[in-house]
This record gives sequence, C-alpha cells and structure tokens, in this order.
Amino acid sequence: MNKVITIHPTADFKERSRSVLNDPGQRKNFRGAMDFLQAKRKSQFTDQDELQGLRDLGASIRQYSLANLPRLLEELEARLTSNGIKVHWAQTPAEANAIALSIAQRVDARRIIKGKSMVSEEIGFNHAMESAGIEAFESDMGEYIVQLAGEAPSHIIMPAIHKTKQEIATLFAKEVPGVTYTEDVDALIAIGRRVLRRKFAEADIGLSGVNFAVAETGTLCLVENEGNGRMCTTVPRIHIAITGIEKVVDKLAHVPPLVSLLTRSATGQGVTTYVNMISGPRKAGEKDGPDEVHLILLDNGRTQAYADEELRATLQCIRCGACMNHCPVYARIGGHAYGTTYPGPIGAIISPHMMGLDSTYPLAFASTLCGACAEVCPVKIPIPDILVRLRNEAQARPDSDSATLRGSGSARTATGTAVWSVWSQVYSRLGLYKLASWFMSRGRSMSPSEQGAWTRSRVPLVPAPKRLRDLLKNRSS
Amino acid sequence: MSARDAILGRLRAVQIAQAPGLPDVAAWYATRQRMEDISLRKARLRAALESVHTEIHEVSDTNWMTVLLQIAATKKLHHILVGSGTPHGVALAACAPKELEVVSYDQPISEWRDRLFDSIDASLTLAKGAVAETGSLILWPDPSEPRLMSLVPSLHFVLLDVDTIHADFHSAMVAQAWTEGMPTNALLICGPSKTADIQQTLAYGAHGPKELVVLIRQSQGVAA
Repeated sequence: MNKVITIHPTADFKERSRSVLNDPGQRKNFRGAMDFLQAKRKSQFTDQDELQGLRDLGASIRQYSLANLPRLLEELEARLTSNGIKVHWAQTPAEANAIALSIAQRVDARRIIKGKSMVSEEIGFNHAMESAGIEAFESDMGEYIVQLAGEAPSHIIMPAIHKTKQEIATLFAKEVPGVTYTEDVDALIAIGRRVLRRKFAEADIGLSGVNFAVAETGTLCLVENEGNGRMCTTVPRIHIAITGIEKVVDKLAHVPPLVSLLTRSATGQGVTTYVNMISGPRKAGEKDGPDEVHLILLDNGRTQAYADEELRATLQCIRCGACMNHCPVYARIGGHAYGTTYPGPIGAIISPHMMGLDSTYPLAFASTLCGACAEVCPVKIPIPDILVRLRNEAQARPDSDSATLRGSGSARTATGTAVWSVWSQVYSRLGLYKLASWFMSRGRSMSPSEQGAWTRSRVPLVPAPKRLRDLLKNRSS
Repeated sequence: MSARDAILGRLRAVQIAQAPGLPDVAAWYATRQRMEDISLRKARLRAALESVHTEIHEVSDTNWMTVLLQIAATKKLHHILVGSGTPHGVALAACAPKELEVVSYDQPISEWRDRLFDSIDASLTLAKGAVAETGSLILWPDPSEPRLMSLVPSLHFVLLDVDTIHADFHSAMVAQAWTEGMPTNALLICGPSKTADIQQTLAYGAHGPKELVVLIRQSQGVAA
C-alpha cells in the first residue's frame, strides 16, 4: 500500500472548522462519541475523594519527573543499555526518521508493522519510510482504517472516531481484496484481524510508542486493548519504540497510579486489556521476542516548553485525551480541523512548541476558556492559563521580554496594536476616559451595523444613550 | 554536538524554581487498603474479569484438568499449546484425549511461526498472580512459557492459584519484588483482546485471543 497520507496544514483552521460545523453527519459522529466517552469516564470516578487524591498524586509524579528530567533520562539510558536496549536521541522529526531508517536499511527491512504511536504521526514516520521504499503498515484497528482511507487520525485515542460503520463498510469493500460490503462490526473487525495477522507474521520491524519509560528498571510500558501493540513488540525480529523525552518516570511504583489515571480518563476502563512492560530484547534460551530493541527519544520542541516555568506543565501530559473529550470546541469541530497531530486543548498548548506559534496560534484563541479541560485533566495541567499565556505570546512585541517562544508576536498586527494602545490610554486616564465616553454616547447613532464576526449571529453593539457616570449622578441628585 | 548532548544541555540549563520531593505512592495505596480475606479478594477479581467477557471456573489442584478438558471438548478444540517442561503442561499431555493434540512450545518462533498463527487454537499458561482491583492477571513469560502463548491462539486458558491474588497493582509489584529484576516482558491481562474503534461498538477478538478462560485453583483441604 502506498497511499499518500493527507497532511492537514494549520492554516485555514477557520475554514476547516466551518466546513465541519456545516456537516450534520460529522457533527453527529463527534457529539455521539464525546457523550459516550464522557459517560464512560464518569462511571469510573464515582468516588470524588479518590479521584482528587489520585489526581494530586498523578500530578506530583509528573512534576517530580519533569523537575528531575535530565537526570532521569540519563538513568533511563544507562538502565536500558545494560538491559540490552539501544537508546537513540533525536532533536527533530527528520533526525528521528533518519535513525529508524538507518536501522531498517542495516537489516534490509522491507516491511514495518506499527502499533499505535502519536509520536510517529508527529514525525511523519509513514511518509518518511514510504519515500525510502519501506512499507509502514498501521495495525491499530482505528489507525488501519484511517490509513486505508488516506487520512490522519482525528483523535489521539480513537483515531477513526469521525467515521461511521457504514463509511468503514464501504471503505473495506472498496480497498480490501475479496471483501463484500458488511456493516456488522464483528465481521469488520474479523476482516482487519485476518489482514493484519499476516502483516505481523511478515514484518521485519515492529514500531510502537511508549506510555511510560521507567528509569529505575529500564522498562517501557505500553497500554492497549487490541493486542496489536504486543504483536508489534513481540513478533518481528526488531522492535523500535519512539517517544517524547517527557515520558520518563523515576520508579516502577510510579506506574500503577499513572496507568489507573490514564485508562480511566481515556476510555473509562479500570485498566486496559493489556499492560505490556518491556525491559529488554530476547535473552538466550527465550523462544520469541525481538532480537533487538531500540528506543528513540524525541525532543521536537519539548525543551522549549521545558525552559518556561509555566509552560513546563504542558509536558505533564499522559495523552489520555480527556481534555478533548470534554472540550465544547473539539466536540463541534472534531480533530481534523485543528490541522495538528495532537488536536483539542492539549493540541493547542503542545503544538506551538513543535510547529512554532506562528502557524498554531489560532488554536489558542479557539477556546471559550470554560475550564472543562483543566477540571478533567488527570495530572492537573492548567490548560486555560496556558492558553491565555500563548495568546499573550502571540500578541507580544517580537523584541520584548514577553516574547519567549518560536513564533511569538506573529499574531500582532499594526491595526490591533494601535487599537489596544488607544484603549489602554483611554482606560488609564480619567480625563480622556470622560471625554471618550461622552463622544461615544452622543455619537451612538453612528455605530456600524456590520461588526465583523459579532453581527453574523447577533445584533450590533451600540453604546448606551447615557453613561454609567451620568446615571449615577442623576440617581444621587 | 550530538543530539543527546544538545537535548540534555538544554534541559540542564533550566533552573527549576520548586523541585518537588519524591512522591509517596506507597502512602496513597496504604490509605486505600481494605480489610478483606481471600474470598472477598477473589470475588472482586471475578467481578472485574467477568465484566470484560472472561469465563471463570473455580477448580482444585486435583480436578483442574478434568474441567479444562471438558471445556476443550465443548469448544471443540484440536490443538492446545503448553509450555515445554511445565508441570501443568506435562500433566495435560499425559491425560489429553486423542482429539486434543497437546503441542509443546519447544523451539524458537522462527521455526514454526506459520503453524502457531494458523493451526493452534488454544494455549495454557500459569499466572504469576492477579490484581483484584482491576481484574488483571499477571503473566511473566519465560523460556518455558514464551510471550506469544498468551497472544496468538484464539483461546487462552490461564491457571491462577488463589493465594497469589493481590489487592491492587502496586501491592502486587511490591509483594512480588518486581524492582529486583524485571523479566524481558511482564504483562497484565484483563480479558480477551478487544476494540471499540468502529463507532464505539465493542468487539472482542481484535488481534489477540478471542476468549479468555481463567481457572482459579485452590488446594484441596483449604477452606473455600
């Protein structure tokens, strides 16, 4: 299969949002899926005291891990190396792909079977491999479906959430040889199982992500339900795991609370079918498992977030997706509109570090700041505060102290700057304020009837005939 | 400069204003401990496993094989995979009827991959323990019971000794001293493989086993 995966640029965010908003079918898919996931999560957290205690613990583990990140990464590397796992470091997506490619070329690999990995999406892994003539085949059912359709995932946990079973039935009948149209979900899954079982057996390399990397024991933890992650990490002769540098934790004992928070927040499961803990390649005498295990540690802008006290909290994320499941914006526009690998609230705050604020700042503005994301975040990331911070960064004067990120100041315009400059003058000088408000109330008939986005669905804003100051004066006299 | 040094250099250049102390995970789990005997713990495990489509039988150390063979006959199994040289594998091989071929995993996967994928319909492994809270079985594959045994065959039998059921994941890893040496692969398994990737509709038998059958074994003479 050599499909070109659709790349969704971050430009045209508004147009893409509008097109989803005008598509009743897609809106129904997303609304239904979000209601389902919200209810599932809620059913797991019936004891509020337990939930809050566990969130405090989860947040403290992630904060501790980040505070000690350089030390833990070195300890992880040392421990993995002594366990026989080869560790690689990549600053950019291109470096990460080059590392994977050099491993593949060394063993003359033709086929890579992939478990679910958002970092592999982040680096454009499939495209890079296919450009080098190596097949990269997705094995997570949802990822397999979106790859077959030539699309990108629309949700980090449920990649094909935007598709109905009818659409998937049509897709399978068209793209999978020998398959006739069926809407029966069990039959559709059986088709995927049959196709992919061959792929697992034939692949030279298995690629996976990592949920938690444990420094103490040199263990890579992966959670999943389907068993494809276990297949990818056990059947092929080489296993390559790829993850962001922030995924390390110090102690093995830190894993149980984080796994509990992750699976309950993500899909409302007490635990996933599999918690897969890998601490090395096949040892002498063992009869299966890969001969080589590699871990690629990726930066891709994470060190920029790390450098800032406030933005560092972004890296606490354990990728459960609860923030998007509870976001009123995501529920309406879905994942593709964002144009980033990671959509929803977490996508809005992590993507600027990966892609630059210049191409991603519209996402920070597409929020009502309702706070639902922060309320459900299992590791207590203050997402709304970070969104406000990114808005300020986007408007900052590029050469000022408040412009600290790649792409800061890119939302700043001459008109906007002039308007806010006048506004701040008026609101900080009493005489000027009195004069301005007097003119506003007298000149109210001159208010424009077209006021941009505001008047698309609302009546125009018109200043009051009497100023508050005048009303108060009348009342006291 | 290498990518490694560049990344670590950038991280080290950052002054952390408030460095939090090592989180006390054990204290959290200590406050969550409940007073329960083994039968209550077993009941919690059963409920969690049954909620995810797992078939459970309570057996003794003398009748477990009779129960297993009955299930195998009902489900019309033909090839069951056992670990080479394991006591339960040897015992099963000695007693299985001619309709059920007991296959021993005694050669590397590269020698018989296609046969494993295409013609083995069941497997039997021993669990290292279980976690009552989440209904997870702890598997600790080793040279005699390799990793793919619990993944490739469509039906997976797990033999679990009742006194190895722990309250939660953390208690299990502490009681079994996991930090003293992790195996190549350790697993928690809760139910047969599944997916809800098509329109949130739950379907069992995604890529791994379609059925999970747990035999909870209790020594005879010990009160239930």
